[in-house]
Parts: sequence; C-alpha cells; structure tokens
Amino acid sequence: MKRYSAFAIAREAARYHTGWGRAWRKPQPKARYDVVIVGAGGHGLATAYYLGKNFGIKNVAIIEKGWLGGGNTGRNTTIIRSNYLQDPSAALYEKARSLYEGLSQDLNYNVMFSPRGVMMLAQTEHELRGYQRTVHANRLQGIDTEMISPREVKRLCPIMNIDGPRYPVLGALWQVRGGTARHDAVAWGYARACSDMGMDIIQNCEVTAVLREGGRVTGVSTTQGDISCDKLGIVVAGHSGVLAEMAGFRLPLESVALQALVSEPIKPAIDVVVMANTVHGYLSQSDKGELVIGGGTDGYINYAQRGSFQHVEETVRALIETFPMISRLKMLRQWAGIVDVTGDRSPILSKTPLEGCYINCGWGTGGFKAIPGSGWGFAELMAKGSSPLTEAFGLNRFREGRFIDESVAAGVAH
Amino acid sequence: MLTLPCPCCGADAAEIELVPGGEAHLKREGPGASDEAVERYLFERENPKGVVLERWRHAYGCGKWFLAARDSVTMEVYGTYPAQTHEPPQEIRDRIARRHPDWAQGA
Repeated sequence: MKRYSAFAIAREAARYHTGWGRAWRKPQPKARYDVVIVGAGGHGLATAYYLGKNFGIKNVAIIEKGWLGGGNTGRNTTIIRSNYLQDPSAALYEKARSLYEGLSQDLNYNVMFSPRGVMMLAQTEHELRGYQRTVHANRLQGIDTEMISPREVKRLCPIMNIDGPRYPVLGALWQVRGGTARHDAVAWGYARACSDMGMDIIQNCEVTAVLREGGRVTGVSTTQGDISCDKLGIVVAGHSGVLAEMAGFRLPLESVALQALVSEPIKPAIDVVVMANTVHGYLSQSDKGELVIGGGTDGYINYAQRGSFQHVEETVRALIETFPMISRLKMLRQWAGIVDVTGDRSPILSKTPLEGCYINCGWGTGGFKAIPGSGWGFAELMAKGSSPLTEAFGLNRFREGRFIDESVAAGVAH
Repeated sequence: MLTLPCPCCGADAAEIELVPGGEAHLKREGPGASDEAVERYLFERENPKGVVLERWRHAYGCGKWFLAARDSVTMEVYGTYPAQTHEPPQEIRDRIARRHPDWAQGA
C-alpha cells in the first residue's frame, strides 16, 4: 500500500496524478478463511481491521451483497458522541469516540473527524432533568459533558431561536468532544487498511445460506460459490433477521426505515451539532454547506430503503420553530436506510445459538458513532470468546431481563 | 404514501391516519409460562423480508384496530382484515400465494 501524505500529493501532482493505485484489491474468494465477516459496512470492516491489528487474525474475508459502505454507513447523519446514560453504552460509545480521534492517523486515511461539539437541547422540564442526570452519570463514567445555559446555547449556535412559545430552550447537554466525521471515508479507510493486511473484500457477493454441521458453523454459500470458515461474523444491520433465519435462530429486533435529508448548500451557518429530541430532529452543516437533517423512524417493517413522506415533513416542521431560517431552504435530497431496532434500543454483540457464529446488530438509529468501538469489542469477542466492552450486550439479556434501556434514557433518537 | 382500507369503517386510510401496532397474531403468554415463551412473546419478532402480517389502528378515523397483510419489500398491500382472527382470510391468502407460492403463516 502506498502511504498517503503531503509528499505523495506533491509527487502525484508532478506526474498528473497517474500513479494513484486502487485503494483496495478486488480479489476472487478463496475456498476457505479463518474468519468470514458478512457485511462490508463500517462495523464489519472495523471488526476485520481490529481482528488483524489486535489479534493477528488476517486470513479474513469480508463479504458484501452490494457495494462497500453502501448501506447505513453511507446513509447516516455522521454524528459522533458518547453522552449515554447507562454504563455499558457509555463505555462502548466512548471507546468509539476516543478511537475516532486518532483514526485518520491510525488508518492513514483522512476520515475528516471534526470534534465540533454536540448539544442535545432540553426543551421541556422533564428533558432538562433527564439530561442533568445524564451529566452526573457521565461524570462518574469519565465522559466529558456538561449542562449549559440557554444563553450559552445561543452563543454557540446564533441561528437558534431559544424563546419559542412551544419549545423554549431551557438548557442543553453539551459534549464538547463530540462531532462528525466523513462517513464514507470511515468505511473506505478501514477497507484500505484491511486489504493492505491481506484480507479479501468481496463485493457483489450475496450470502444465500449458512452452512452448518452438528450445531457448528462451517461456512457460507454465496452467489460466488461456497466459502468455508472457522468463525462467522454477521454484521448486516437491517438484514440481520434474514441472516439469522439462514443460521437457524430468531432475533429480538425489527427492521424499519430511518430517513435523513439535506438542504441546498448555504454559507456557514452552524458549526456545532444540535439534537432536539423533544421534536425528533437533529441538524448539522456539512463541509459542502448542506444542512444535514435527521428525524425519527417509520413505525413499521420495511426493507425497501424508502421512507414515508410525512416523516420528512414532520421533522422539518418541528425544527422550524427552533431554527426559523430553515423555513426558506429547499430540500436537496432525501434518503432512507433500514435500521434494526431492538426492544431496549441497545445493540447486540453476541455469540449465537450456532457455535462459531457471532452477531453484531441492533444498532438501530445510532450505529455510525460506534463503528470503531463496535469493531474493537466485536473483534475481541470473536478472537477470545469474550470482551469487557461487549459483555453486557449479549443476546441472552432479553430472556434474563438485563436490559440496557437507552430508549428510556434517550427518549428518541440516539 | 401507504394506504390501507380500514375493514371496520370502510375508509381508505392514508398512513397519517394510522398508527402501526407491530406484529400480528402474537401468542400472549401469562403466569406459568417458560422464560423462553415469555421472551418469544415480548421480544422475538418474525421481521420478515416479504409478507408481513401486522396490526394497525385507525387512530385518526374510526379508532378501531385491524390487521393488514403487506409486503415489506415492494410495499404491496395484499389486504386488510378484522383483528379478531387467527389468520388472514382465504381471499388474502390467495393474493399472497400468487406472489409468494411458498409462503406459509409463521414459517
């Protein structure tokens, strides 16, 4: 792999950029790997990367039905934060956030991590008390968050109307080290690093069956032939239920559409990330100038990657009181991803009833921010059989009633 | 926008009139049930890529609950039917069978 650097740019500039190679190889699948990961999104690629980097397991294939990073990794609103209430979530998301800080250097790929600060608005008394509780919890967890006053909110984000009649801003939970990153670059950076370690990323290759023998996984059938493996990692977000059925078990989750939209590009107007959970909307500005806006999920099962119109309207309508200037903006485009939502709105990183088969799913509406931490913990789980990061996120927590109840803690989007 | 005919009041209800209510035909478990059965009832979902049987409430209309058979990929609606049933009526099953010959409820 050629290292990317200022010198590389100068060298290539001198020869009309003819020397840049492919960022990752395009191999044919081998008949056997030590580990097969299904799903080349952020979480799958990060898992493979840390399997190689932390545990020396490099005979790995990452199989992708579509194109690399084309699912929810390329469809989210790129927010990174770790201000969670429950200890297991806070540990996992903070691990991810701290890895994001050094990810560009680690991968030698600019993921454009921008720690611009994330604020979660408190617009009801109930929400204010909830966030105060979260700040206290974060202090105990060693996560740097604070409550800020409405005046401070206005100073950080001047386009906001904090005196709205319906939803006045009463304060905000502020995580100064949160921010955004370039979502595609996260997938591409991990892919390039995996490929460099000798791992095979096989795109346009759909898994059609999970091969089993005596309660143990032996491989997968794909549209490019059978591939055998010792260990199988399923990291397919919205299609987790489909893969789980192939592997012979059922999951406590449902796949629904989550939408986002961007406005036409405008000059710099907002340099923080704002989440307004009372009205189900969040907003930031991309480097291109578009306002990136996300909202709530549709309430019914959907595999079509298209959302319903009224959710776009609801989200924008709710944000207009707090951000009056967006009422004049045109919507540029809108899209949906299929997210897998669990009963307690927390992910599943777990062994499964099928020996040798592991699953990483249930990230619901908040997976992008967790990619490095998820990959780190899931790789440890697959390599060693357990990981302190993933211990609380097992499948058996639903039967045993040990929920990690972020749906109560976060209210909505998280 | 998704439109479902309400079998209770007969109105063609648009999605904004309706509230989704999750998987239909769940078997409720009470005291004395095993941990597995309670887990299945509370959390495990069929989550099918294809034919979905689900509960809806005509919340901003007649207010009644009903059931719908829908395709989660194509968004085609196979039909709606009363909530007080254990399976879709034959007419809806026939319509499903034309698209998915191998489909069986709960399989």
